[in-house]
Amino acid sequence: MRVTVIDYKAGNLTSVLKALRRCGAEAEVTDGDLSLVESAERIVLPGVGHFAATERLDATGLTPAIRAAIARGVPFLGICVGMQWLYAGSSEAPAQPGLGCFAESCARFPDGQEKVPHVGWNSLEVRPNSRLLAGVEPGEYVYFTHSYRAPVTADTAAVTHYIEPFAAAVERGNVMGTQFHPEKSGATGLKILGNFLKWKGTE
Amino acid sequence: MITKRIIACLDVRDGRVVKGVQFVDIIDAGDPATQAARHAREGADEIVLLDITATHEGRATLLDTVRRTARELFVPFCVGGGIRSADDAALVFEAGADKVSVNSAALADPMLIDAIGRSFGAQAVVVAIDARRDPEAADPVRDAQVFVQGGRKLTNRRAVEWAREAEARGAGEILLTSMDCDGTRNGFDCELTAAVSEAVNIPVIASGGAGTVDHFVDVFGRGKADAALAASIFHFGVSSARSLKEELAKAGVSVRLPC
Repeated sequence: MRVTVIDYKAGNLTSVLKALRRCGAEAEVTDGDLSLVESAERIVLPGVGHFAATERLDATGLTPAIRAAIARGVPFLGICVGMQWLYAGSSEAPAQPGLGCFAESCARFPDGQEKVPHVGWNSLEVRPNSRLLAGVEPGEYVYFTHSYRAPVTADTAAVTHYIEPFAAAVERGNVMGTQFHPEKSGATGLKILGNFLKWKGTE
Repeated sequence: MITKRIIACLDVRDGRVVKGVQFVDIIDAGDPATQAARHAREGADEIVLLDITATHEGRATLLDTVRRTARELFVPFCVGGGIRSADDAALVFEAGADKVSVNSAALADPMLIDAIGRSFGAQAVVVAIDARRDPEAADPVRDAQVFVQGGRKLTNRRAVEWAREAEARGAGEILLTSMDCDGTRNGFDCELTAAVSEAVNIPVIASGGAGTVDHFVDVFGRGKADAALAASIFHFGVSSARSLKEELAKAGVSVRLPC
């Protein structure tokens, strides 16, 4: 299982690479070598930090290369900001467009009684027939750390509640994303990464 | 529902886990990598490794210990001790840490918080505050005195105002240790924890004084802590994170179970 991990210089990749390798993947990293994206069998876009950092994907030409790979049917997993990038954009950096696979936009949690960021282990309500979250039992916990989130829509693969319901995971065809960090979510997270790596790409 | 985190803390000196009482009386408690793996297996929600002598002796964090400890760890892993610059932090992240904790160096140069946050994201920066109530102050709790260098040196900063500045500079979490309570096993300083937690919008990890399940119930309730650190109650088999969390669940605290 070969997987191409996109480095856009927004935080460190060590944990993601370690977890993918633990799941049996042969992981390679690109921060701008488009040939690695063109020949990719699977792509993971990790991400911590600010949505504006995704500007680097446009600057390096990775955005059109990833768009083409997705169109070819290459399985794609975005993590955290990597998931948010799949949407039209985020109010965190309104001038920076996302990939637009999903038409909605990401926005900050409303201020109120609870703290923002949402940091810690929270539970998942997995929607039926999710391939990414297959075998994840109701109430299993995963680790989150974020202040912005995507809305719940028909493409939402799992819902989590914090202040209000939001999309903890998204899935449509070969495009998948998790707002949480599977690489930091213990056995549950490794199971989810394993599902992504094992998915054959056929519906 | 978001859960309260139980964080296992490994105080490390010379590559070994140690435990002190009120920052002195150090005793040996094992190998960091072995201990971290055991805590994760036994249900800890996160692991913190603090190189307690790094600042005092001016020694760099033991990257090798971090690398070895991170290798088989798939829960959040925070490392502190001796991180003086964004470059120091970068090495610790490369070795496998998800977060770094800064204390003395951030007080000496608060811009360090901004610098690490800019490069690695706010979620990666934990500001550790060691504080002791100040009976002379108008508000002995909010104005608890902040110490550096492992509690050896007094600063002119106060707990609540420093926590607020850390947040404004981009800290992702506050790790608050009560020096009055640390190592006593008589309970957390809930008043101090609540004062800081109510003053900021980022998570506060309570530390110092854990001895019984009731202490945790108290700090998550009255103390308004988002997470709590425990070291000595785990090391000697008094309790595992899992059994602690099972007891907390019975007391109505939301925790990650099964784990």
